[in-house]
Amino acid sequence: MSRQAPSHDVLRFLDERLLTNRPLRKALRYVFPDHWSFMLGEVALYAFIVLVATGVFLALFFEPGLDKQTYAGPYAPLAGREVSAAYASTMAISFEVPGGLLIRQTHHWAADVFVVAIVLHMVRVFFTGAFRKPRELNYLIGVTMLALAVFEGFLGYSLVDDLLSGMGLAIAYGVAMSIPLVGGDLAHLVWDGEFPGSAVIESRLYIAHILLLPAALATLIGAHLAMIVRQRHTQFRGPLRAEDNVVGTPAWPGYALRSTGLLLIVAAILVALGGLVQINPIWEWGPYEPWQGTNGAQPDWYLGWLIGALRLMPPVEVVIGGRTVLPNPFFGGVLFPSVVFGVLYAWPWLEQRWLTRDLRRHDLLDRPRDNARRTAAGAAFFAWVVTVFAAGAADRAFLSTGVSYTTQVWVFRVAVFVLPAVVYVVARRVARELALSARALPRAGGRG
Amino acid sequence: MSLPRRLAEAVVVLALIARGRRGRRREEEPVDEGGPEEGRPFLREVGARPGAERAVAALLFASALASVAFVVVFFTGADTQALGIALAAALGLLGAALAVAAAAVVPREQAIERRPRLAHPEAEPPVRRRLATAGEGVSRRRLLGTAGLAAGATLTGALVVPAASLGPAVGNSIAETPWRRGRRLVDEDGRPLLAADVPATSFLTAFPEGADPRELGAPVIVVREDPARLRLPRARRGWAPQGILAYSKICTHAGCALALYRRPLYEPVSQPPGIACPCHYSVFDPRTGGTVLAGPAGRPLPQLPLAVGPDGELRAAGGFSGPIGPSWWGVRET
Repeated sequence: MSRQAPSHDVLRFLDERLLTNRPLRKALRYVFPDHWSFMLGEVALYAFIVLVATGVFLALFFEPGLDKQTYAGPYAPLAGREVSAAYASTMAISFEVPGGLLIRQTHHWAADVFVVAIVLHMVRVFFTGAFRKPRELNYLIGVTMLALAVFEGFLGYSLVDDLLSGMGLAIAYGVAMSIPLVGGDLAHLVWDGEFPGSAVIESRLYIAHILLLPAALATLIGAHLAMIVRQRHTQFRGPLRAEDNVVGTPAWPGYALRSTGLLLIVAAILVALGGLVQINPIWEWGPYEPWQGTNGAQPDWYLGWLIGALRLMPPVEVVIGGRTVLPNPFFGGVLFPSVVFGVLYAWPWLEQRWLTRDLRRHDLLDRPRDNARRTAAGAAFFAWVVTVFAAGAADRAFLSTGVSYTTQVWVFRVAVFVLPAVVYVVARRVARELALSARALPRAGGRG
Repeated sequence: MSLPRRLAEAVVVLALIARGRRGRRREEEPVDEGGPEEGRPFLREVGARPGAERAVAALLFASALASVAFVVVFFTGADTQALGIALAAALGLLGAALAVAAAAVVPREQAIERRPRLAHPEAEPPVRRRLATAGEGVSRRRLLGTAGLAAGATLTGALVVPAASLGPAVGNSIAETPWRRGRRLVDEDGRPLLAADVPATSFLTAFPEGADPRELGAPVIVVREDPARLRLPRARRGWAPQGILAYSKICTHAGCALALYRRPLYEPVSQPPGIACPCHYSVFDPRTGGTVLAGPAGRPLPQLPLAVGPDGELRAAGGFSGPIGPSWWGVRET
């Protein structure tokens, strides 16, 4: 070439100052194995990017305050009502800021999709054994991010100070109170007194939602990706693929284009949802007062499993000498999620200890049939959580099916024990049969 | 398949092969530069598929149009749906352009790279030796260790202590409510509630006169029942003048407001009346002093004794029968 391309100058400029060309050469050739299921984690990452972008916009307008003011905005049904600054500014974002409602609803949809993508990604990682050595630490980070994402989402819709926020916070307070020994003091510490707490609760929710948790998530995402780069991606078995190599599309140009395309398409879907599908219409619920509640208020989907657990629990409390020791919300609101996350955190070691006794490094993925007991255990565990989740929607099911709520609760109380056992047996059988049939009938030239 | 179509296909395939060759010939740089831990393409397909470049250009132009539409909509009323469609189209078309470009315009490659070795056991002994040098020539290790531990632990403790100023201890705050003997019941607007105002068919929310209505101990539910059907505990005789009963409005399960009231439509076959919580559907029996009929609540609903004043106004005849709101470790049951 006679003329130096401008990019050449940039590359040399940077290399002579920051020694960038060698790592760049490596990065551009970095190999991404191809499989559709590897996209799920990326979708979560891109939903997070949309959350940050829309969240920054919202923060420019949202006022985190509980001081009362008389609503004077354009939404006539609320005219003259006493509302908090938080509620009023969210109403202004929805009705007065051009594009505000689009961004607000996109933010809310992105939060719901974020958690969906994380859960599906985790399911993929679980059933393919991607959490095995050397990826246990990254798996722990992933489980932690799931917990943080659920908590972050809850804080988000709690900030608005509408009726749904208040009911959710009341339950959170009740659950916090139920923690053994320290619960009462802890809840009073967090809320600065008895629920609904002093006005500082809003400041606390706000800094947690817009700084602490997003920063924690961003840090963990960075660590998650750095660990992947260090170890390289897992891959399914296939031609040329072995434990000691990675086969797939190089980062540049193929993968960079494809993945940026995915980012844009995820953003497009979230914006389309935000523009066209109403979510959390706070003007329908109205502002919150502790003596108000409404039937049919549903939290975001990712809290359904906790609602379900709180509702399913029989009216049992542990009382010693006339004093409550374990209040009822402890079982559904503290014990149940602790067990779920405890099992998730411990799984790599539980499996190593009880199922496989396998301490070797694995970079080739299992198909679900390859380890029938893991697949069965995972399916049973999933069925357990999903049953509790479904129980959280029994009141909705009553409206659509007419089966009485009390009957449903009893059905679910039984199903919580029976269904996982059935799913375990069925899933193990199916996985074994699949594995056997693949072995018994090797197809000539078939893609195995 | 018709002959012309087959011929056309053959031409396309030949053109593709020729383009691929040309592309490959253009690609002179060695593809195996760098170490084994850098991706080396072993399959390359170079050259855009027919029509792909035009398709990508069309998608990019369409995306640009959608962006322009977004700006126009923004300044002409900013309709939420139109904004959403325009922005989603701009993003989605651009994304589709990149996806098509990746699949059919830029070189399609499959590369292989060696996975990095993860353990360096030979580096472990030197690391251990180096770490151990910190103790070299130090004679009073235990003393220093203890002192260091003491400093670290106390500093951590000292740094945690300010968290105590975040809020008060639980104390008796929940056992204390604004209800006192003789305090009048008022509605949301502060008007005294008369016994005659309490209907037999629905429930009212009342507050202690002059108190902060947001306090959990303040709101009560007021309902009227047929006195003949009441089954209150013996100690609470006289708590429900004319069959008017008052209960804390805060659920003893998780602290939501009890916003639902079930009334029997036809007493002989209907379920008995119940005060229900919309959060987890705990149901309390107003006739028996707030005992749990269904749902997860583990403690009865605290009842407020009532009296009717000389002008027919409702007054509290004392405090609640038990602690209101959600339970915690050590709360007294009744």
